[in-house]
Amino acid sequence: MNGRLIRSLIGLILLCSGCASVSTKSSTRLDLIKKRDQLHCGVSGKIPGFSFLASDGSYKGLDVDICKAMAAAFLGDESKVQYRALTAPERFTALKTGEIDLLSRNTTFNLSRDAAGGNGLSFSPVVFHDGQGLMVKRTSNINKIGDLDSANICVGSGTTTEQNLNDAFQERELSYTPIKYQDLNQVVAGYLQGRCVAMTSDRSQLAAARSAFPDSENHTIMDVVLSKEPLAPAAIGNDQRLSDAMRWVIYALIAAEEFNITQDNIESKRQEAIDNPQMSSLRRFLGIDGSLGEKLGLSDDFVVNIIRATGNYGEIYNRHLGSNSSVPIPRGPNHSYLKGGVMISPPFN
Amino acid sequence: MKRKKQWLIQFAITLALLICIGIVINNLTVNLIRTDMWLSFNWLLRPAGFALGEHQLPYKPSDWYAWALFMGWLNSLKVIICGLVLATIIGVTAGACRSSSNSLLRAISSGYVALVRQIPLLIQLLFWYFVAFLSLNDTPLEPLGNLIKISNQGIEMMGLKLSVEFSALVVGLSIFTGASIAEVVRGGINSVPQGQWEAFRSLGLQEGKGLRLVVLPQALPAIIPGLTSQYLNLAKNSTLAIAVGYADLYAVSDTTITQTGRAIEGFLLLLISFLLLNLMITAAMEGVNRFVMQYQKST
Repeated sequence: MNGRLIRSLIGLILLCSGCASVSTKSSTRLDLIKKRDQLHCGVSGKIPGFSFLASDGSYKGLDVDICKAMAAAFLGDESKVQYRALTAPERFTALKTGEIDLLSRNTTFNLSRDAAGGNGLSFSPVVFHDGQGLMVKRTSNINKIGDLDSANICVGSGTTTEQNLNDAFQERELSYTPIKYQDLNQVVAGYLQGRCVAMTSDRSQLAAARSAFPDSENHTIMDVVLSKEPLAPAAIGNDQRLSDAMRWVIYALIAAEEFNITQDNIESKRQEAIDNPQMSSLRRFLGIDGSLGEKLGLSDDFVVNIIRATGNYGEIYNRHLGSNSSVPIPRGPNHSYLKGGVMISPPFN
Repeated sequence: MKRKKQWLIQFAITLALLICIGIVINNLTVNLIRTDMWLSFNWLLRPAGFALGEHQLPYKPSDWYAWALFMGWLNSLKVIICGLVLATIIGVTAGACRSSSNSLLRAISSGYVALVRQIPLLIQLLFWYFVAFLSLNDTPLEPLGNLIKISNQGIEMMGLKLSVEFSALVVGLSIFTGASIAEVVRGGINSVPQGQWEAFRSLGLQEGKGLRLVVLPQALPAIIPGLTSQYLNLAKNSTLAIAVGYADLYAVSDTTITQTGRAIEGFLLLLISFLLLNLMITAAMEGVNRFVMQYQKST
């Protein structure tokens, strides 16, 4: 009897000391991803057009394609991704504790999240320029934000949305009552059931939610934009090699659109570059000359792998948010700078 | 000799326990420092910057995070206290009905207990909020004339206005916990010897009066411990408030954590606040228990 007691005590102590061993810090997460041969990517999983479970059980959307592009660049295979569906409050802790390698989950890029004294993340370039909006019923005759004075407004918790709503109303000296739910589905239900006059979220999410309404033509997204919401992937702040690699994967997607390189013509463009030594910028971009990939800790042809996997930024956008997709959102500022948008890549030199 | 051995074992167990706790704390500290997440509570005194749907004391978004969290705690307390009262009324009534000689009352109350206990609480809360309350019309129902008005904007009782979130949460929690309390009460009543029933009947007392004056007082010592644990369950379950849009402590913490990025501190505060709340409930129930015991001895 006593023997058993002592043995189980020893077992308990061993178990606890096992937990206590501090994992040794690897120099860069990029090496760990390569060693593991798999990328752990944090997504939302609940926003049509960005990351959503398709009928075949796989994740689809713009955020998901960013994960795929990263995996194609780091590992040469876009299918080597394990997706982790995260709620808004979970996401930064998941990143900090190393549960995920990178976050691609409609995350607004702002100072306090980026700074070492704040959340200490390192943001990649913006992949979607969004802004917070308000949706109301057409029959409500609400046309400007002043009409919403002392109204009930449905809002999701755990995001910058609440703060922006507050700032926008305070600035205009309007009052309101927030009805706060934990996730967007409940916000939508509260709004449709008439608890609130208006619901607020990023305009892309409002469009995504509205696409599922049975009477979507009866709801209108107001013209007023309450905030800038530049959505960007993020990695942990103290890992320059990983964040450099991520940054240039996004730039590769944007630059490929500038070069007019698509998933369909990548092989012929590559052949063309090989055959024409005078096309030096294209040759550098595709890794035929120079060793840009090596400087990032990636293979020199990482851009080719990315475009083969997902196509350029414009193709990703059209696939998930274009006019023929199920969540059509006008491209607006997300056009390439060549077409009047703000998407621009620094040179691949 | 035997005593010495027992003492040694006790000492070993205590030592092992202390070592385990030490290792856990050390582990937490080392890893928090390593990931640059060491505890800091300065943010509690910064302006919260978000509004609350309802608050018991004056609150504006420029107030401190600490004040916002306190408002959340008060909102939780309000739900818990109202829930406790309503759940006790429902539970004792249903429990007494299950021991009744009237077969219709017995059937209704056992049907209620069976139905409510099979369905998860979260689903019941969503039902009460989205289906029962929000589907009501804008024109209020007035079951008792002007005394009570129920609409999709909440319940209005003699000038007292309760939000629809609060109402749905209290109703859902009370009905759910009431079913468990009914079982506790039934068990207590069953523990009273059958002879006591026969005794009051032979004295010519009515069923209800006999139950109230003879059976229930004797059942109380068996009921109170079970009741305490149901009360604690209700308090803990109140954190599901966020599902129906009520600004309880958990909902406020949720916003605070995302805005400040201070998840570990936020959850520590949550843990401590709920510990405090539940210790209060336990202490109060212990007081009741002691009173009942003394009362029984003196009679």
